[in-house]
Amino acid sequence: MNEPKIETVGMDTLIVRLFDDIDEAHMPWMLAADRALREAFGTALIDLVPSYTTLLVHYDVAHLTLPAARARVREALDGLSPTAERAGRRHVIPVWYDVSVGPELERIAARLGVSHDQVVARHCARDYSVFALGFAPGYAFMGRLEEELATPRLKTPRQKVAAGSVAIAERQTAVYPTLSPGGWNIVGRTPVALFGHDREGYSLFRPGDKVRFEAISREAFIEQGGDPTPLVERGDTPTEEQA
Amino acid sequence: MKGLVVERAGPLALIQDGGRFGVRHLGVTQGGAADWVSLGWANWLLGNAPQAAGLEITVGGLTLCAETSATLALTGADLGATLDETPLAPGASFTIAPGQRLAFERPRAGLRAYLAFPGGLEAPSVLGSVASTVREGLGGLEGQGGALGEGDRLVWSGQGEPGRRLPDDASTLPGEHPHLALVSGAQIAGFSGTSVFEAFNAAWTVDQRADRMGVRLTGPELRYLGAGMVSEGIPLGAVQVPADGQPIILLNDRQTIGGYPRLGALTPLACAQLAQCVPGTQVRLRPVTASQAREAHLRQLARWR
Repeated sequence: MNEPKIETVGMDTLIVRLFDDIDEAHMPWMLAADRALREAFGTALIDLVPSYTTLLVHYDVAHLTLPAARARVREALDGLSPTAERAGRRHVIPVWYDVSVGPELERIAARLGVSHDQVVARHCARDYSVFALGFAPGYAFMGRLEEELATPRLKTPRQKVAAGSVAIAERQTAVYPTLSPGGWNIVGRTPVALFGHDREGYSLFRPGDKVRFEAISREAFIEQGGDPTPLVERGDTPTEEQA
Repeated sequence: MKGLVVERAGPLALIQDGGRFGVRHLGVTQGGAADWVSLGWANWLLGNAPQAAGLEITVGGLTLCAETSATLALTGADLGATLDETPLAPGASFTIAPGQRLAFERPRAGLRAYLAFPGGLEAPSVLGSVASTVREGLGGLEGQGGALGEGDRLVWSGQGEPGRRLPDDASTLPGEHPHLALVSGAQIAGFSGTSVFEAFNAAWTVDQRADRMGVRLTGPELRYLGAGMVSEGIPLGAVQVPADGQPIILLNDRQTIGGYPRLGALTPLACAQLAQCVPGTQVRLRPVTASQAREAHLRQLARWR
C-alpha cells in the first residue's frame, strides 16, 4: 500500500487514495481500510464508497470539522494490515450463454477466430474479484479478464439491457442487476437476482467477493426462473472504436 | 384513508425526503429533494422534521383534489399554483377543504416547488428512505421509484401545526445571476491555469441538459491536463469536466462512482440553488473553503431547530 493520500473533494467529503492502478492484489488492503474507516467514524459516517483505488468518506459536518475528519482517517489507517485473503465471499453464477441473449458472443468469437463455446469456456475459466459497486444498485465491476477477451465498449450504448445480462468491457466483466441502459458487450444472461429490497444486505455482490461463472443450458436457465426473451434492441452496430 | 388525489400528474412530481444514506457503497444513489432547503422550510412551516417526506413538483402540470381538509405548506419555485383558481404564492402554509383543487401550471420563477404535509407523506421506507429514484426503481408511493400518476392518493400521518410564518430572509430561490459556492477539490491542480481562472471568472449558462442526476453548464472550454482517472466515489455537487470541457454538476440522483476529473464540489446549499435554475440562467462559481461552507450549512440547519 502507498502512503494514503487524503484529498478534500467537497464540504463534507474526503477521498482516501491508497493506490494508483487497478489490481486484484489491492483488495485485501481496500477491505481493511473500509472496515477501519467505518469503525473510526462510527455514527459520524454518512456514507463510505469504496472504489478500485480509493474510498470516499462522506461524514456528518454536525459532528466533525474537516481537520477532525482528516485526523480520524489518519488514525484509522495507521498501522493498517490487509484482511485475510479469504475474507470475501465466493459465488458461482449460472449463465446461459447464447447469442439470443448475448449478441456480442458472436463478435468476440469472430475476433478471436474461435467458437462460441471456446469464448464461454474462457470467460468461465477464472475467478473474478469484485472491485467496486456502482453505476446501478448491485452492479459489480469485476476483473480481470484474460487479456485476449478484453473488448471495447459499444460505440453507442443500448437503451435497454435486460436484467441478468452478463457483460464484458475492456478487462472487466459485470452483470446488469436490473433493466437499464448500458454500453458493455453482452454475452449471456443469469437467472440469479443480484439486488433486492428484501435480500439480506440488499446486494448479492460486495467488494472483495470472488465470482466464477458457470455455463448452463437454456432449460436450466428457464427452470431457475430466467427470462429467455431475446436481447434485440441495440443502440448501434458495435465497432472496435474506443467507447 | 382520505387525502389528496392526483387528477393530473404533470411531467414529474416525486415524493422526496432528505435522501437515502448508508447504502451508496452498494451502488444506490443518494436521492432526496434537489432543493432540500425549500423542502426544509415547507416542513418547518408545519412543524415537521426538516427532512419529512413531501412532494417535489418539477415544472408544473399537476392537479391535486382534496378529499379531506388539511393544512399544507408550499415553498420553492413559483409554478403558478392556484387553489380553486385563486393564485397561491409559495412561502406559506394554507388550508385546503374537501373538493378543492390545488393546481400547478408552469414555472414563473424557479423550477421545483415543494409541498409539505402534516407529519410528512406516508410511503413505504425502502433502504431507509421514501425518496423516489425512478432510474433505480426505489422509493415513492409504491416503493418502486415511480413518479406520481393519475389516480394516486397522497396521505399523511400527522395533524400539522399551522401558524408559522416564513422569516423574511428565508427566500430560497436564487437571484437572477446566482453565485454558486464551490469547495475546490484536489484534482483542480490538474486543470490548466487559464481553465481555473475561467472556471471562477466566466459566466456559465445552465443548459437544457439538466435533471436530477446532473446539470450541464456551457461556457469556456476547460482543459484537464492530468492523467486519466480510475473511477472513484462522487460527492453531491461534484463539478466534473468531461473531454468536451463543459462542466456537469452532479446532483442527488448521480451515479455513485465515476471517472471524470473534477474542479471540486458545490456546497449542498449551492446545489439547492442550482436545482431552481431554469435552462438559460447565467451562474458563476464562487470559491469557498470547506470551513466556510460548513459554517453556512450549520447556520441553515440551526434555523429549523
